[in-house]
Amino acid sequence: MGMTHIVDRRLNGKNKSAVNRERFLRRYRHHIKKAVSDAVHRRSITDIERGESISIPSRDIDEPVFHHGQGGHREMVHPGNQEFVTGDRLPKPEGGEGQGQGQGQASPDGEGMDEFAFQITQEEFLNFLFDDLELPNLVRKKLKDTEAFNYVRSGFSTQGVPAKLDVVRSLRGAHARRLGLGGARKKKIRELEAQLAELKSATADLDAAFSHKDQVQALEDEIARLKANVKRIPFIDDIDLRYRQHLKQPKPATSAVMFCLMDVSGSMTQMHKDTAKRFFILLYLFLKKNHKKIDVVFIRHHTSAKEVDEEEFFYSRETGGTIVSSALKLMHKIIESRYSPAEWNIYAAQASDGDNWNDDSPVCGKLLTDSILPLVQYYAYVEITPQDHQMLWYEYERVQEQFPGSFAQQQIAEPSEIYPVFRRLFERKAA
Amino acid sequence: MSDAIDRPNAPANDSPATRKPVSTGSEWTFELIRQYDEEIAKCAAEFGLDTYPNQVEVISAEQMMDAYSSVGMPVGYNHWSFGKQFLSTSKGYQRGQMGLAYEIVINSNPCIAYLMEENTLPMQALVIAHACYGHNSFFKGNYLFRTWTDASAIIDYLVFARNYVSGCEERHGVDAVEQILDSCHALMNHGVDRYKRPAPISAAKEVLRQAEREEYLQRRVNDLWRTIPKMDEDEDPIKRKKRYPEEPQENLLYFIEKNAPLLETWQREIIRIVRKLAQYFYPQRQTQVMNEGWATFWHYTLLNRMYEKGLVTDGFMLEFLQSHTAVVYQPPFNSPWYSGINPYTLGFSIFTDLRRICETPTDEDREWFPDIAGTDWVKTLHFAMANFKDESFIQQFLSPKVMRDLKLFAVEDDDQEDNYKVTAIHDEPGYRELREKLARQYNLSYREPNIQVWNVDVRGDRSLTLRHVPVNRVPLGKDTEEVLRHAHRLWGFDVHLESVDEGTVVDEHHCPPPLKS
Repeated sequence: MGMTHIVDRRLNGKNKSAVNRERFLRRYRHHIKKAVSDAVHRRSITDIERGESISIPSRDIDEPVFHHGQGGHREMVHPGNQEFVTGDRLPKPEGGEGQGQGQGQASPDGEGMDEFAFQITQEEFLNFLFDDLELPNLVRKKLKDTEAFNYVRSGFSTQGVPAKLDVVRSLRGAHARRLGLGGARKKKIRELEAQLAELKSATADLDAAFSHKDQVQALEDEIARLKANVKRIPFIDDIDLRYRQHLKQPKPATSAVMFCLMDVSGSMTQMHKDTAKRFFILLYLFLKKNHKKIDVVFIRHHTSAKEVDEEEFFYSRETGGTIVSSALKLMHKIIESRYSPAEWNIYAAQASDGDNWNDDSPVCGKLLTDSILPLVQYYAYVEITPQDHQMLWYEYERVQEQFPGSFAQQQIAEPSEIYPVFRRLFERKAA
Repeated sequence: MSDAIDRPNAPANDSPATRKPVSTGSEWTFELIRQYDEEIAKCAAEFGLDTYPNQVEVISAEQMMDAYSSVGMPVGYNHWSFGKQFLSTSKGYQRGQMGLAYEIVINSNPCIAYLMEENTLPMQALVIAHACYGHNSFFKGNYLFRTWTDASAIIDYLVFARNYVSGCEERHGVDAVEQILDSCHALMNHGVDRYKRPAPISAAKEVLRQAEREEYLQRRVNDLWRTIPKMDEDEDPIKRKKRYPEEPQENLLYFIEKNAPLLETWQREIIRIVRKLAQYFYPQRQTQVMNEGWATFWHYTLLNRMYEKGLVTDGFMLEFLQSHTAVVYQPPFNSPWYSGINPYTLGFSIFTDLRRICETPTDEDREWFPDIAGTDWVKTLHFAMANFKDESFIQQFLSPKVMRDLKLFAVEDDDQEDNYKVTAIHDEPGYRELREKLARQYNLSYREPNIQVWNVDVRGDRSLTLRHVPVNRVPLGKDTEEVLRHAHRLWGFDVHLESVDEGTVVDEHHCPPPLKS
């Protein structure tokens, strides 16, 4: 019998399974992608701070092996007999599945009933979302990093790294310490030296009890002792060291408001709205990076515009025609009443299938160039249609020529085409 | 209070006044773990338990989940199925649906046992007794483990396997490796030699021989296929009845590794790794009742011995007994918690009763166990532990008393009958039959379908034919087609599976499936 060896392994890495977990997610990425997509549909656009619960039909992830099926003749021994005697006959339950008969405890009739459920983290959630949007890696990283910080000076500390040593402060402290510790002694030394000088200059037989020579000797000894003492006070000591201290402060602590404008006329299907939602989420994610506080204003419109809550924005249906300028006017009104451009960074994202009353489009162009774009940081428009451009698009092209830095538009059929409208925005802020 | 506790080894003059417990609190420290281990080791020595040296590793709950999901292997190659295991374990744990095992123990030399940091001190002591002295001595003593596994080589081999697989992933891509591993896992249970003793594994030799083997393997495979196209002498395939292989082969993975025509060498190597691991785990699958029963019997006996020696307090014993009782609880067949016979209960009951038969035999025991009744119990238990597997152990040692205690009964389910039939219960006429039926239940070849390599059409389409021999008309389950697809991926040509019952083909599966005409 050997000795027992006891090891504390708790500090070893605990994420031994990370690779295997990642392999699993990789293998079932289609399932997870779908779940993430459903979650995007379900969640509020500001609700992206958490992971998601994913479930996959157990059948899809089973690892098959050869095993016995139902049927044939078999016998099983069970515990806990109460009243049975040999030869008893018991009716089989309906459906042919007996309790615990055979190997398969999993009900063979309820195929796919049970689901394999697990959690993915927020980071993984965002990754799948970004995959959906085909974001470049650099942008992904920027969006996922929690917050940017500025370092600000905040006094001095007795601990720190050599690079942050403050020489002046440290030496000043050392000087004070040397004075504090040595000052009294130095004063004493000066007194004694004066006595000594006096003694030396006096006549030798002043006092018979002490020989003159002994007195001089005693004073000199005392002075030497004190000087040695003073000398032992270090010029600089650990306790004198002072380090500059810095505090992390969240960088731009400004507020932003994000306007979501969406056409909800009859021609916008749920599919259009889901694509639009991703568009708004992406803008929200971006703004969240750079602003401490974000207000989101939802404006929906058909022939008239209305400020609504998110639920109504995405999920109620309307019919009828489209007058885009109604939404722009409402947005302008809200900016004027609630979001002064002096205090707020204003962003707007507009989604539509491009339909508009033809004589309204020039009105929109004028509203944008004259009253809205001068107030906002960035205005992004997506036309969600696989077909030809509509009137509004051509009008907006002219707007873009005038405001190339703060206006972008894109025609999209797929979520992956959303990102380009933000490209300039990302580039600008990334720099 | 101490009278309430069963004290099988108590000398008469022991009294609580002489107690000097190792500790009284429930918080553990490394020093206390060491002290308990020392005392438990002394008790174990009194009973002659022979173990490998122990390596006790204290780990956190997260690390326990990691250990769980790699089937207890301290190192393993990467595969999504371990990730799946991890996800379901951690989810169950976080929601409080399941507790984690208190310990995991690895059949290696030194014997590695994981202790969770959350355990209280009495639990740590229980785990040490259970794993470091119970399981450990079983690994060292049981003939299956002695014959089939090499405790001193396994860790090195696992490291070799992990490095090899990750090297393949770099060279051939994660997907290609994953596919091979998926297919190997599907056939893993049929990748063991049940009768033939395998060569011991050694990581060093594996690496050394690898290049050599690569070359050799490929040449051998090529040789087999080079002799194919000579259809001169006996071109009639019906007359030329000589099959390849001449005798059916039980180890499907071995056969595929050596004979599949199209596999590349690294693929053969991966098959080899999976079947080596299957072989390593094979004894565990055949000794679950014995192994858990043995470990449970010893944690119970050793900690009671500690109590007799005054080394642990009454409070310690109460906590320990509570856990012990939970471990050996057997829900009856009609309970909602019933999920088959609890191997801990069955094994513990048999070993405990074996000791009783040795120490205080009744007339019934003398009739049933004439060779054992009244003998030295420590020797008898060691004999039982060393020389049996679950099936033969139950057949040999399940006593009428245990059958009565557990109220065992056998139910027959015949798909040609409308009713279940109770064929034997725990009474005089039923004992032998019941014991036989329960023993058979633990026979792996009864639990898993008997499937062997039957023939390769060497001269024709190179198809591989597997043969399933049903027992009692039990057909193959619904995964069969899926598994065949994996076999087909490895073999590279058509794979057929016939169920042959008494000479007639009762069922067939093909991959790819035959075209419907």
